[in-house]
Amino acid sequence: MTRRKYWQAINDALREELGRDERVVLFGEDIAEPGGPFGASNGLLAEFGPGRVRDTPISEAAITGMAVGSAMAGLRPIVEIMFFDFITLALDQLVNQAAKMSYMSMGHYSVPLTLRTLCGAHLGSGPQHSQNLESWVASVPGLKVVWGGTPADAKGLLKAAVRDPDPVVVIESAGLWSSRAEVPDDTEHVVPIGEASTRRVGTDVTLICWGSTVPRADRAAATLAEEGISVEVLDLRTLNPLDVRHILGSVTKTGRLVVVQDATGPCSVGTEVIRIAATHGFGSLRTAPQLVSPPFAPTPFPGRLARAYFPQNDDIVAAVRRAVAKENTVV
Amino acid sequence: MSATTPELRDTFQRLYRTMSLIRHFETAASRLLAAGELDGFLHLSIGQEAVAAGVCDVLDAGDYVTTTHRGHGHCIAKGASVERMLAELFARSTGYCGGRSGSMHVADPALGILGANAIVGACIPIALGGALAAQVLGERRVAVAFFGEGAVAEGVFHESLNIAALWHLPIVFVCENNGYAEMTPASKHLKSARVAEYANPHQVPAETVDGNDVLAVRAAAHRFVETARSGGGPALLECRTYRWHGHFEGDAQLYRGSEEVDQWRGRDPLQLLVQRIDDPELRTDLEDLNRRCDEEIVKATESARAQPAAEPVSLTSHVYRATPEAWR
Repeated sequence: MTRRKYWQAINDALREELGRDERVVLFGEDIAEPGGPFGASNGLLAEFGPGRVRDTPISEAAITGMAVGSAMAGLRPIVEIMFFDFITLALDQLVNQAAKMSYMSMGHYSVPLTLRTLCGAHLGSGPQHSQNLESWVASVPGLKVVWGGTPADAKGLLKAAVRDPDPVVVIESAGLWSSRAEVPDDTEHVVPIGEASTRRVGTDVTLICWGSTVPRADRAAATLAEEGISVEVLDLRTLNPLDVRHILGSVTKTGRLVVVQDATGPCSVGTEVIRIAATHGFGSLRTAPQLVSPPFAPTPFPGRLARAYFPQNDDIVAAVRRAVAKENTVV
Repeated sequence: MSATTPELRDTFQRLYRTMSLIRHFETAASRLLAAGELDGFLHLSIGQEAVAAGVCDVLDAGDYVTTTHRGHGHCIAKGASVERMLAELFARSTGYCGGRSGSMHVADPALGILGANAIVGACIPIALGGALAAQVLGERRVAVAFFGEGAVAEGVFHESLNIAALWHLPIVFVCENNGYAEMTPASKHLKSARVAEYANPHQVPAETVDGNDVLAVRAAAHRFVETARSGGGPALLECRTYRWHGHFEGDAQLYRGSEEVDQWRGRDPLQLLVQRIDDPELRTDLEDLNRRCDEEIVKATESARAQPAAEPVSLTSHVYRATPEAWR
């Protein structure tokens, strides 16, 4: 194990996968010569050359389409869309093309592309650089969606995405960019797509998180442990397909569910998790599930407003207390 | 023109056969839809066959093509099975897309067809990806994107020309300028009526040819494809042509008069080729080819019709290549 920052773990994954398979190519805005807008592809141009590591114009639709076509033609492209918000410019190629090509061709084609994108929330960069649009992509048949909440998972999930034969959207967190943690040294450290991880075992309540909310969920669980509330923390890691068995297994055990997310509530991954618990885990729920999410509004830029907008430790702790206090009540 | 060499005779026959097969395929599809045998939308390229035939004639088996909602001709010219295409139109499980996707999505890796596409302009960057793969892998393949002049107003057209020029990619952009973006005339949707001009700011060589003259299309395509293949970079070929049918089958065509259509029907690409031949023996050969293409489509139609229908059990198949453990 080596302590690595989140972005360094991503850089390691890219280097390892470029080194492992000559079909892997990397392209996007500012990723080659500048080494990535925030350093994630630092050094890769020098190591793998301008044929395989390329700066592109600011043409999200065309570069995503180019990823689709090159994946169909034998490459393993990794295309970077600088901010999650900019994926809106690439959605035709991602949603209409990449996601449907296997279906439309009866499996004669697959589209093994990886689309990396940075969720800019917590950078203070405002309404068009901070959105959590994960439910948009997670609801598309044909796409897989992953989001590492730790350096080790960011690395292992990215490697899994590159090796996967289907199009995978890999979301990365600006808010975790400089966080540091242990990362396995094994170049075969691959986190399977579709597997959630239990970060903390507990018995009173299941707290589900992913991406940027993972450290906040961990902290809230530690706070609550001091009060004698035993919280099981589950990091989804993959947002499509959801690890339904893992979610239900934990909810069945604790009988209570809290979901925390940086995305707004309606039609979100969190509401889908609650739907799963309410339909398939109905008999085991002892209280009404709680969703901790921002107000239904765009993301503000100043720190004071951002702290009021995104779920904070106190919000999560309060939601868990509500879930526990509501035992045997009907909502 | 005299077809003086055996090679030239072969070329004439190949080009004519391809155009005839497309014409018979689409005529049959039109009739089947009118007779209520087919579901869904049908966009026909009758009148435009010379572009598909002329361009694909100079492509190798390993070269890539992408095309549009009006893509039957390009797929047939690249070697697609008319029977599997008809089976798809009939929603049969043996169709190219398992009978689930319809007319606009023929794709075949064995033929380099990176897919017909129902989103205007979307096929252009996908072809760019084919060209990128060829360049990265050091293969001598060329990619061709077929699209209409309607796609010229899409951002991806300009984005793709720029990238192709910057990276010197082996791609030929082939615009079938048929004068209409769906139901809107080019005069109302493009400031410049000459699509080749849009290549200039991207420093991509371009040429405009009579898209109903299959020999002119073939000659220009040959130059551009071989330049791209030998590392000379991208090009844009604008083919001026016209579709005889509406934007889709059933289109009332209130936006154009019958005189305009009749005028273009007088420039039938198949007849134009025949008229240029003064060798009576070759003309007879082409008549034979025409009859055989007709028979081939009749036979393929009967065979496709008899195939098993796509069943609801197939609804969720091939959504993914690798189904994650969580879903098993």
